[in-house]
This record gives sequence, structure tokens and C-alpha cells, in this order.
Amino acid sequence: MGHHTISILVLNQSGVLVRVAGMFSRRGFNIESLAVGTTHVPEYSRITAVMQGSDAIVAQVVKQLEKLVEVRAVEILPVNTAVVRDMAMIKVKAAQNKKLEVLQLAETFGAKVVDISNETLMVEITSGKTNTDALIDALSSYGILEMIRTGVVGLQRGDCSIYEKEKCEISALFDTAQVEA
Amino acid sequence: MKISGAQGIIECLLEQGVDTVFGYPGGRILPLYDAIYEGKIRHILTVHEQGAIHAADGYARASGKVGVCIATSGPGATNLVTGLANAYLDSVPLVVITGQVSTDLIGADAFQEVDITGITMPITKHNFLVKDVATLPEIMRFAFRIASSGRPGPVLIDVPSDIQLDVFNFTQEEEQEKNKPRFQWELSQLGSSLIDRAAAVLETAKQPVMIVGGGVVSSGAYEQVVALAEKMNAPVVSTLMGLGSFSSEHPLFLGLTGMHGHKRANLAVHGADVVIAIGSRFNDRVTGNKFKYAEGKTLIHIDVDPAELDKNVSTHIPLAGDVKQLVTTLNERIKPFNPSPWWKVIWEWKQEFAVKPDGNDLSATWMLKQVAERTKGKPFIFATDVGQHQMWAAQNLHIETPRSWITSGGLGTMGFGLPAAIGAQIAMPTKRVIAIVGDGGMKMTGCELFTAASQGLPLITIIVDNSSLGMVRQLQQLFYKQRYSESLLPVPMDFVCFAKAFGIEGTLTTTQEEFLAAFSAAIESNCPRVIIVKIPTEQLVTPMLKPNSPLDTFMDI
Repeated sequence: MGHHTISILVLNQSGVLVRVAGMFSRRGFNIESLAVGTTHVPEYSRITAVMQGSDAIVAQVVKQLEKLVEVRAVEILPVNTAVVRDMAMIKVKAAQNKKLEVLQLAETFGAKVVDISNETLMVEITSGKTNTDALIDALSSYGILEMIRTGVVGLQRGDCSIYEKEKCEISALFDTAQVEA
Repeated sequence: MKISGAQGIIECLLEQGVDTVFGYPGGRILPLYDAIYEGKIRHILTVHEQGAIHAADGYARASGKVGVCIATSGPGATNLVTGLANAYLDSVPLVVITGQVSTDLIGADAFQEVDITGITMPITKHNFLVKDVATLPEIMRFAFRIASSGRPGPVLIDVPSDIQLDVFNFTQEEEQEKNKPRFQWELSQLGSSLIDRAAAVLETAKQPVMIVGGGVVSSGAYEQVVALAEKMNAPVVSTLMGLGSFSSEHPLFLGLTGMHGHKRANLAVHGADVVIAIGSRFNDRVTGNKFKYAEGKTLIHIDVDPAELDKNVSTHIPLAGDVKQLVTTLNERIKPFNPSPWWKVIWEWKQEFAVKPDGNDLSATWMLKQVAERTKGKPFIFATDVGQHQMWAAQNLHIETPRSWITSGGLGTMGFGLPAAIGAQIAMPTKRVIAIVGDGGMKMTGCELFTAASQGLPLITIIVDNSSLGMVRQLQQLFYKQRYSESLLPVPMDFVCFAKAFGIEGTLTTTQEEFLAAFSAAIESNCPRVIIVKIPTEQLVTPMLKPNSPLDTFMDI
């Protein structure tokens, strides 16, 4: 049982996210995070999902994703050869006498302070998941007012591209899932 | 040519070779019904939308073509939900067209508005909401391709009423485009080496068994499968969905496997050292305890859907792809062999568990054996409902040809039998269809007798009437200390009178002689007939596997 980061290339159409997220919930797979955004190709969006499960479960997830008509390609981001990041914004309580301390703490983790008010600081971090977790942990002793994370996104290193895995045939709308041995 | 969206739908249906659709009209589908009025396509009006979709399902299963069903928005669409789930779980190709409120009202909770694409997302292979009439033809064509390609399944197209009315420029799908080869499956290098491994494993098998499932029916790989089985001289068993894909009369055929399968068939699977499953998804009703199922066996699994491999049971040799080609290639690479010591064991089982003769009373098993005897070798199609009668039919009928056994396997939908039989009879006018239903299921969708009567179908409906919800009652007897909660139906239902309401002749039979007379009369008649077979409430379906157990642990009942 480990964390798996799955990158999914989908057609940029309404309802795609529901189909992908629905597949996870319907079949009892838990998503830890889900991030969606457009790509340089306007017809496509890319989803990054992080889930926990055995290799067999993840293999089943990939196959079920590939069956969705609007899913064009699926890849599991390898732990060793992918860059994965998530971003967090944390609004932390910091009275005047604590501000410098929090600023230094943020700096140690490679985070930035992006807003300052009388009693609070807003810290922004873009980093690997464990580093972000550690920062949140460190800041929690000051009192976190609110926070948000984008969920993990990532790309494989090197010259490979998810578009190489694209299903071979696309009709004017899009075409049906292929099967392979 | 400039036509309306509704006319465009008809043109697209004609383009796909559709000549018959099933449906039920309503407000938001009126433009399409107005186009249907032009008479280019035969429309079968059912009594209920559920009847329409089950009929389209039966039509598809009997003919191998894509079934088409039409309903209006809101309640019309939601009444299709059970039928869609039924077709989805049994991988039946359907294109379902629903009306929707006009685009300016979508999301406003308008009259008869439901989000049917949202509702049916988990039970369709794909679905569409048409937002622009110009995309309608492409969506229709694509829907048919999705429904019928790979692992077949239902596709829903939701068409707002204004889109049906919008005029657009329709161009025929050019012949060239239509016949253009789509995705062509080819055996990969990995697949090829897996086939070599499968061949090697099979050749050294001492106790091989072949399991055929519904995928053999939908892929049409019957001949290839028979050829492979004959080369291997392996015993063949069938899942409920696979019946007919391998002739029951073939000497290699052992019968039904699974929860209520034949003992010889289940023992063979249990005792096998190599199992080759073709077009079966190892459903829990087939495997019993899925963790013990594969113990001590090498499993070879051939299926069109890669996601079925290793889903329920992990296999040693998974082969995904075109079933026909995979089986053909495997057959080419395998040397003939004959596991004769294995057959000796099987012969002993066959004798030990030979069918006991039925008594002189009218029973479901006796009746079904008689039906099998009297229809042998003739073009008959059997459709069943769900419950005890379904299992008795699966055990006792002799299904000799593919697409002549129509049953709700995956979803287990009571009320499926009669409308599905109607669809099958409409698809296959040169064959006779016999619907075998229970008294419970007949009450659910029995009003579809009206459809059979209005279409003048020579459909024979046999109601196995045990005055109870027999399978529920059986489970309560065995696992709920005989506390028959809501499963007994002691207040009699006069099915003869019920049939008469539709102008159909019904015959109540309580003895073997009465049944034979009624059945002969029904066969000779050209009209819909109903035969009620009264049986005692207490009869149980045997054999039965203990729940969640290996395939050799039969209940002592």
C-alpha cells in the first residue's frame, strides 16, 4: 500500500471531471487529492490524482480510467523520475512580536509570505508534499486560521510526454476506447 | 438537406440500419415522435418505458444488433434506469434517446426535468447531452460505435426539445466514412508471447476445463471456441450468460457452472488444474469464494475488456483483446491432446449426479425438460425472468445455439423476462419465443402482454406459479430460519383472467397432461398464449453452493 500519483489526459469538456471522480467513488477507490487544469493544447485538460492502494488496485484504476471515452491517456508518475509539487496557502496567527519568527520559519521551508495584517501572515509554499506537510506542522503551533492546498501536480522528467500514450484514433468528436493485449 | 434535429435523428437511425425502435412518447420528445409519424421507422409502443428498454435489450440480444429505445424527459427517462443498468451489467448494445427540457430551461428544475446524463453516468458505457443540433449526427454515429464496439454496452443521448426542432444542414455519412476501418485490433508482441505460454500450459494440463461466458456470445466466437475445445478435448462449462454459445448437445459440454450450476460442471471447475475462461468476468455467482476459486489452478483469462482481467480473480495468463482472434491464434499454436484420465473422473461424476427422473406431479423441472424435448433442434428462443424458474430453466432447457437464451444475469432484474421476450420475438419473426417467468415477475411487467397482443406476436408465456417469491422464500428457508417475510403470496392471482384482459388465451395447468395439452396447443397457435404452471410453493432450486464457498461445497437440501 503506497501513494500513487496518476496523471490523466482528458478532453476538455463539461462533465469529464464528474466521470473521472465518479469512477473513483463508484468503485470504492479513495482519492487523496485531485487537481485539474488546462494544457497547451486547448482541447485537453490534465488531471492529477493521488490515491493510496496496492499495485493491483492502481492497475485496476488505470484500466477503468482508460475505458472512459473522454480519457485520452493515463500514466502513473514514477516516484523516482517525476517532479511532483503541490501548493499551499496558510493564514497563520502572528502578533507583532511573532512576525519575524514566522517569517524566518517560512524562509527555512522555502515559503513566501504573501500577505501581512496586524494579527496574521499568509504564507505560500510550492513544494513536495512532505516539505509542505512539515511547514504546516511547524506553523500549527502559532495557530492556523485557514489554509488551502491545490493538490499534487506533476510531470515525468526527461523528454517523454503523455501525448505519446494517446489513444490512436480520434474522430471529429472523439473515439472509442481501444483494447490491447 | 435542411431538416430538423428530430428528422436528423431518424436519418441517422436509418443510416445505422435501424428499422425498429421501442419507446413511449411524452412532452419533450414530441418533435421526434412527429418525425416518427412519417413512418420511416417501425416504432413499437410498449405499456411502460421499462418495457420499452427491456424489449430493446431482448431485441439486441436475440439479433446481435444495437437495440434502440426512445422515451421522454423526466419520468420517462428515469423509468429507463433499471433497463440501462440491466443492459450495462450484461454488456448489451443499446442506443437510448431521451427528450430533455429545452436548453434555456436546463438547470431550472423545469417541468419533467431530470439530469438523466448525471443519473445514468455509472450505468451507461457513455452518455451525451446534445447542446448544438450541428453535432447531433456525429453524436448519433459515435453512440452506435461506442455501443457496439469492444465490450458492448448502452449509450444514452439526451436531446433537448429545442434541439429536436432546430433546423440544420444534414449530410449523409459518406459510405467511405461509414466503411472506414475503425480501430483495428492487432495482437501485440506481449499478447503473442502470452498465447505461447497459454498453449504450453494447456498442452501439459492434466485436468483442463474451459469456461464460456457471455463474451463468447457477444464476440460471435462460437466456432472458434468449439474448435479450440475440440482440439483440447477439454470439458466445457458455461456461465449463466454464456448458455447457447456452446451447444448443450455437444459431447464436451458439462452444463452450467456457478451458484446453481450442475454438480458435474462445478466439480470439474473445482478439480481442474488449468482453467481457460473466455468472455467471463468471474462474477461472485460464478466463483463462489473468489479467494479459494483459483487455488491450485493456472487461470487463463480471455476477455475483450482489459479491466476485467485481474479484477475479481487474479489470473496467471491474462489475454485482453479481440476474442475471436485470440482464440483462433491460441488454437493454431496448440497441439491436440486428450486428457483421458480426467474424462474418466468426469464420467463418474456424470453418472453419480445423473438427473433423477421427475415424479408424476407437475413440477417446474419436469415441465422444462418437456419443453426442451419438444423444442429440440427447432428455432426457439427462450427468455426468462429472474428467480427460481430462471435457474430451473438454465439447468433443464437445452440451449443449442447462441442468442437463443435471453436472461438478466448481472443485475437480476425481475420483470425483465416478458418485455425482453417481446423484443426478441420482434427481432426474430421466423423463430418462436418462449418467455418463462415467475408469478412475482409477471405481476411486475405483465401488462406488456398488451404489447404482445397489439403486435400480434406468437409469443408463448409460461408462468411458473408457486404462489410465492420463490427465490426469496428459498433463501429465507435456508438462511433466515424459515421466517418468510413478505415472500408468500397466498392470495391467488387469476392469470387466465389477466391474460383475457388483453384478449390472450390463458390456460391453467395443474397436471402433467394438462400442461402437455396446453403446450401443444400453444405451439400450433399463431397468437400469443399464456400457460400457467401451478407448482407447490416448497420446491427448491438444487444443487446450490454454500454461499462464499468453494465450488465443491453443495448445500444439503
